[in-house]
Amino acid sequence: MTKQVQQLDRVIIRFAGDSGDGMQLTGDRFTAETAQFGNDLSTLPNFPAEIRAPAGTLPGVSSFQLHFADHDILTPGDAPNVLVAMNPAALKANLSDLPRGADIIANTDEFTKRNLTKVGYDGNPLEDDSLAEWRLHAVPLTSLTVKALEGFDVSKKDAERAKNMFALGLLSWLYNRPTEGTLAFLEAKFAKKPEIAKANIAAFQAGWNYGETTESFSVSYEVKPARLKAGVYRNISGNLALAYGLVAASVQAKLPLFLGSYPITPASDILHELSRHKRFGVRTFQAEDEIAGVGAALGASFGGSLGVTTTSGPGVALKAETVGLAVATELPLVIVDVQRAGPSTGMPTKTEQTDLLMAMFGRNGESPVPVLAPATPADCFHMAVEAARIALKYRTPVMLLSDGYLANGSEPWRIPEVDELPDISVEFATEPNGEDGTTYLPFQRDPDTLARPWAVPGTAGLEHRIGGIEKADGSGNISYDPDNHDRMVHLRQAKIDGIDVPDLAVDDPDGDARVLVLGWGSTYGSIAAGVRRARAAGHKVAQAHLRHLNPLPANTGEVLRAYDKVLLPEINLGQLAMLLRARFLVDVISYNRVRGLPFKAEELAGVISDVIGDVIESD
Amino acid sequence: MTEIHNGNGGLNGKGLALVPRSEAKQTLKDFKSDQEVRWCPGCGDYAILAAVQSFLPELGLKRENIVFVSGIGCSSRFPYYLNTYGIHSIHGRAPAIATGLAASRPDLSVWVITGDGDSLSIGGNHLIHALRRNVNLNILLFNNRIYGLTKGQYSPTSEVGKITKSTPMGSLDKPFNPISLALGSEASFVARTIDSDRKHLQGVLREATAHRGASLVEIYQNCNIFNDNAFEALKDPATRDDITVKLEHGQPIVFGTGDNEKAVRLSPTGGVEVVRRADIADSEILIHDAHNPDPSVAFALSRLDDPAFEHVPIGIFRSVDRPAYDQLLNEQVDTAIAAKGPGSLAGLLHSGDTWQIN
Repeated sequence: MTKQVQQLDRVIIRFAGDSGDGMQLTGDRFTAETAQFGNDLSTLPNFPAEIRAPAGTLPGVSSFQLHFADHDILTPGDAPNVLVAMNPAALKANLSDLPRGADIIANTDEFTKRNLTKVGYDGNPLEDDSLAEWRLHAVPLTSLTVKALEGFDVSKKDAERAKNMFALGLLSWLYNRPTEGTLAFLEAKFAKKPEIAKANIAAFQAGWNYGETTESFSVSYEVKPARLKAGVYRNISGNLALAYGLVAASVQAKLPLFLGSYPITPASDILHELSRHKRFGVRTFQAEDEIAGVGAALGASFGGSLGVTTTSGPGVALKAETVGLAVATELPLVIVDVQRAGPSTGMPTKTEQTDLLMAMFGRNGESPVPVLAPATPADCFHMAVEAARIALKYRTPVMLLSDGYLANGSEPWRIPEVDELPDISVEFATEPNGEDGTTYLPFQRDPDTLARPWAVPGTAGLEHRIGGIEKADGSGNISYDPDNHDRMVHLRQAKIDGIDVPDLAVDDPDGDARVLVLGWGSTYGSIAAGVRRARAAGHKVAQAHLRHLNPLPANTGEVLRAYDKVLLPEINLGQLAMLLRARFLVDVISYNRVRGLPFKAEELAGVISDVIGDVIESD
Repeated sequence: MTEIHNGNGGLNGKGLALVPRSEAKQTLKDFKSDQEVRWCPGCGDYAILAAVQSFLPELGLKRENIVFVSGIGCSSRFPYYLNTYGIHSIHGRAPAIATGLAASRPDLSVWVITGDGDSLSIGGNHLIHALRRNVNLNILLFNNRIYGLTKGQYSPTSEVGKITKSTPMGSLDKPFNPISLALGSEASFVARTIDSDRKHLQGVLREATAHRGASLVEIYQNCNIFNDNAFEALKDPATRDDITVKLEHGQPIVFGTGDNEKAVRLSPTGGVEVVRRADIADSEILIHDAHNPDPSVAFALSRLDDPAFEHVPIGIFRSVDRPAYDQLLNEQVDTAIAAKGPGSLAGLLHSGDTWQIN
């Protein structure tokens, strides 16, 4: 019997299970298949900080959401069309996000009395009518997997563990995904354990065949490839893009990359990735603490490397004094802050935009630092190059604010040609710059950029001492002169204020919107999707997104003042809004929710239409 | 480099092999910067600065390949007074900053100038990790057993019961023994010397610079303002010979004069002990072996100074050969390149699954 194939324009799937069920791997593989197929996609992994929270509990639920479509999409999606629930906890934790009529594929084997009781179910929701409003597919995933693996030389435990591949096989059938990539992946992953490889492949195929034969699934679905700009694509997460961006920056700067870093969620993957690229002359140094990480990076910068440190908010707090030293010594340095929910330890695996003011001001003294924020996972690549460009050209530490959503989320990326990338190389000082022709003045600035010369050890005749004590303008000698200090404070600020930053682009299709939605960082996708919905509902709304937060684009004030209302959604309590109000005296309307998750498009569409409604009403 | 490391300590003698040498003959004057020295009159730092400035020409290195990195404190002003490259950084972090520099630039002679507060309190973590990693640094720890720049609080090397502005009823905490700490941190080169004994100080520096890897040199340094005469017992002709235990590799450890001549031997409890030389046979006297891979005896020797100033060993406690961090780091880079060739950016960006859209 050939089953019916139904066309869809987009689908949102959420895989949910116990931390140990392999949901992230399952999601990654489905994503890879989907990317290979040519859909546009966006992903949202969501997992607890605990490596193995107690089995079967609500805090132990790990999920992976994937949105894919035959057109360009912007977010991982608000509400899943399909929930794969590997146990009762996964069902209970995710059901409230599931719209009526959505599909639920539940692993019946795990719906035991004990597991149900553990999460507070009195009865079995798969057997009473409580799920009547959804399309329930009750599938004994574990026992079907074990049965399919009879005759394989694997333990019962290993057979049970392959149930995620059975689920992946079933979903791959359901959405007509290509399977070659997954089969090759499993063979490579378990190359040293061929029996395990065979078992996982068999489980995957059994899941596929189950879909094809069982009556529980009467139709399968097809989502056509998306029409994207021509080019070679790959799927990429923010952390991977950021790591590649740093390697690219090193190549384009013709300087060796030195990473000083201390492991911290959700930034550690950048350290892991860069440690694999020694062929590029990348030196990674896992320091004894956050302070040593940035200290070593700054020491390497003094020696002529591209010094970088990667961390999250708690690490930025510890690095503050060294960043101040980099401000004072005017050495290039890139500080990557993959923001996470705070304060303190907060929620390490959840996203937030709450470090903006710390990045701007979290140091003693007048200590201006450029601040950048990528808008999407793939944008992390370009903003890493941009951060290095500014650091090197202006001899300054630069804060690059990624976040947990960008770090772990992924999207297709059109791989740039290397010759499309900017040349960010700079010249070291090699000759004395004093009027007498023999003196070297380490703080004599370039009149255009106000950057000081960068003379690295090993350069004869330019021996000099720098440090955290205030320096005399020009000579760099220790100076406590009041007017000199005032001049240096102003010069350091003027240097940062004068950084070349592209103008803020506004998307206003008809040019007559009265409301502007402004954002920064990882909210780009949610805001753009919300704006699309609002426009589809007949509203006129403009959108602009800041990737440079310090200095702001020169036209920022002009853009803000051109609209009756400016709406600024932030996953914080209004940090950018505070800066914009102070700087431009514009009555920005903040929309703030701090749930550790990205905004939903529907939510923002609602907020946008409310603001537009207010504008019309006040006419 | 053989002419400078034929001493009692430098085993590996590779300390400066990668640092370019100066063709011109150098003098002390070449290493003086134009900055006015601003320590208190009578400070022990002057003697150390003069000793270092007059020692550096002996190394014959290109001046531009020498970097002094310091933290915060009186001693940390040191780099300003040397006409080399230098960073006066922030409190306690000099070893971390110097680690990044030394790890990325094997062609530099990198020195860390630090004090007992800088390296053992606020920067204790960085010191022990720089030592265990064997970063190619010469670390000079000026120990005056007091906080000078903040005007006289007790330090992590002050004796228990120290009366200071912050401890009017006496300090409570047991001090660090910097030598014991360094040995416990897997340091490959550990020595102690005194500001007032230029010959000994320069002899130790000679061995420290010849050593490739981290060398920790504790220098007893007198703060004549806040802790004057802290090391007087080691300087006073009436007492110094009876308490100073000069360690020389390959030599029996004996000290003191006349009837007070003493010797060090292994003790039944696993440490070392001081006995009257006349009471034991020569064969029982401990022969100092700075190159012993086992640091136990060196550690035991460092404990002779507890209680403080009963006997004070100076010289090189330990000098063993172990690959330096930068060498290992660069070997990994070389190995990666040798295995697969230098990285191609286009190749990296296209790695993994890709697809073409037309």
